[in-house]
Amino acid sequence: MNPMIEAKNVRFSYGKNEVLHGVDFTAGEGQLIAVLGPNGAGKSTLFRCLLGLYRSYRGSITIAGREGKSLSPREMAALVAYIPQTHTPTFHYTVLEMVLMGTTHQVRGLQSPGERELGIAREALAQVGIAGMERRSYGQLSGGEQQLVLIARALAQQTRLLIMDEPTSSLDYGNQLRVMQRVKTLARQGYTILLSSHNPQQALLFADRILALHDGVICADGTPEEVISPALLEKLYHIKTRLAEAEEGRLIVPMLKEDADVPLE
Amino acid sequence: MSKAVNRTAVNRTAGYGRLWALAALLLAVFLASFFLGRYGVSLSPGQFLGLMAEGLQRALTALVNLVGRPFGFATDRLFTVPVTWFPVMETIVFNIRMPRIIMACLVGCCLASAGACYQGVFQNPMAAPDLLGASTGACFGAALAILQGRSSFAITLYAFFFSLLTVLLVFVIGQRAPGRKTVNLILAGIMVSSLFSAGTSYIKLVADPGSKLPEITYWLMGSLSGTRGVDLRFALLPMALGLIPMMLIRWRLNLLTLGEEEARALGVNTALLRLIVVVCSTLITAAAVSVSGLIGWVGLVIPHLCRRYVGNDYRKLLPASMLFGAAFLLLVDNISRNLLAVEIPIGILTAFIGAPFFIYLMNQKGGGV
Repeated sequence: MNPMIEAKNVRFSYGKNEVLHGVDFTAGEGQLIAVLGPNGAGKSTLFRCLLGLYRSYRGSITIAGREGKSLSPREMAALVAYIPQTHTPTFHYTVLEMVLMGTTHQVRGLQSPGERELGIAREALAQVGIAGMERRSYGQLSGGEQQLVLIARALAQQTRLLIMDEPTSSLDYGNQLRVMQRVKTLARQGYTILLSSHNPQQALLFADRILALHDGVICADGTPEEVISPALLEKLYHIKTRLAEAEEGRLIVPMLKEDADVPLE
Repeated sequence: MSKAVNRTAVNRTAGYGRLWALAALLLAVFLASFFLGRYGVSLSPGQFLGLMAEGLQRALTALVNLVGRPFGFATDRLFTVPVTWFPVMETIVFNIRMPRIIMACLVGCCLASAGACYQGVFQNPMAAPDLLGASTGACFGAALAILQGRSSFAITLYAFFFSLLTVLLVFVIGQRAPGRKTVNLILAGIMVSSLFSAGTSYIKLVADPGSKLPEITYWLMGSLSGTRGVDLRFALLPMALGLIPMMLIRWRLNLLTLGEEEARALGVNTALLRLIVVVCSTLITAAAVSVSGLIGWVGLVIPHLCRRYVGNDYRKLLPASMLFGAAFLLLVDNISRNLLAVEIPIGILTAFIGAPFFIYLMNQKGGGV
């Protein structure tokens, strides 16, 4: 059985500026993996390499046993689904049309999606619990609903691997937790999910495994309990914290100075 | 289960009913156009039907001969229509009105669908068919041909080839520059356009103010008067070459509007698709502008109206833009040739109608373009 993702010594530079200095990791099936790291650590770059959007990296990436660089966009879309951050599109589509776009790589030749694809899209909507929204305009949904639509679109791609770019970054507190719960459920159903996050507490709560990316290398890899420590958080974010044990799990408590006039980094 | 099937049925018919409505509108305007014109021909319904049947007969015969020619098959006429009309009617309908009516439909159809496609490719609701300089190139070509005293068919040819040349130049410049391709293309379009319009201005400066300058000016205003069968036959091929592939890839155009990365992650070869769409849009814009001159606003306003009427999904939007663009331009052309004793160039009318309408659209509740 091939791992879903196998990255070996991946290096990538923008011009002369090397951003990834040799990233190694493998991802198995059914894992929810959170990638933590400060701004500029290379999370988005790594994801773009994994998705085949950037192809000029060195090292190797295999997706479900196949060499990433050799895959056409269409073959790639059959293996990995990408869930971007929510954004306002130029033209507003209905929810059903949005999700139907996920089936494009399955549509042969020059055709448009047909009955079969419509069925797949509806099933995906039902899977994330928004079957009733299909006629609504994507642009008029709340941020949380939009994120669910993008997840449904990824499910309509019928891949086993989902890559999510900060799925909760623009959501309110309640929607963050609800979206993460849905994501967790998907992992339990067997999807391999790689998501980037700016919220270590969330990663601690939901992820099966954490990859910490710092200065273009992975500096920690393991279960949340193993990886999350005050030392790591200080290294990544330059913030002093302590961990508090509650009945429900481990909590991160930031320790801020009283008259904190700390400059932003 | 039956509920699901029902929903499917609803989804299928929803937007498509509106396409039929637009098709009916086009047919109505098309038929009505034959009764309008400055030569007072009063056609009776019987004569009109007879002429329509004869027109259909001629078109079908031409088609059959075209297909049959390689097999050595040819016919004079497929069927006979009893002649109920006078010869002068036949001349006016077939030689004067018919080419112009069909041309108005084709030009409207092309400009509107090119506008809809450009808006998608450039993710820009303000994009219009002349975004990449197709129109300014055509104007330069036409002005040059008029300056050299060429025939009217040569003017069309010059306009067509300079239009293609301009966009090719824009594309080469846009592809070579680093950074975001779509932004580069738009910027290159602005630069090259301004070069060519400076060229056109120069030609106007040196043109003979007694004869050539008015002709150039009139051409630039856009008009379908004087459309002949030969123009129609010239424009038909590039139009078909552009419109047919566009219709075939229209679903994938939806994905381009999401942006480069998302479209690629969804399995679209964006570079190839963008190239196909730009080539097709340019072909049809060049063909339309070279036979009609500058006709603004159709490519911007019609797609927006259609977006409101059938939604943004190109599966419906593109055919809707084609049908409505054709009906709209035909209607405006009818006004242009009947409103005043002197024919008003259609380019002026489309702006007079288009601009206020767009302002109205912008200010509508839930609006925004």
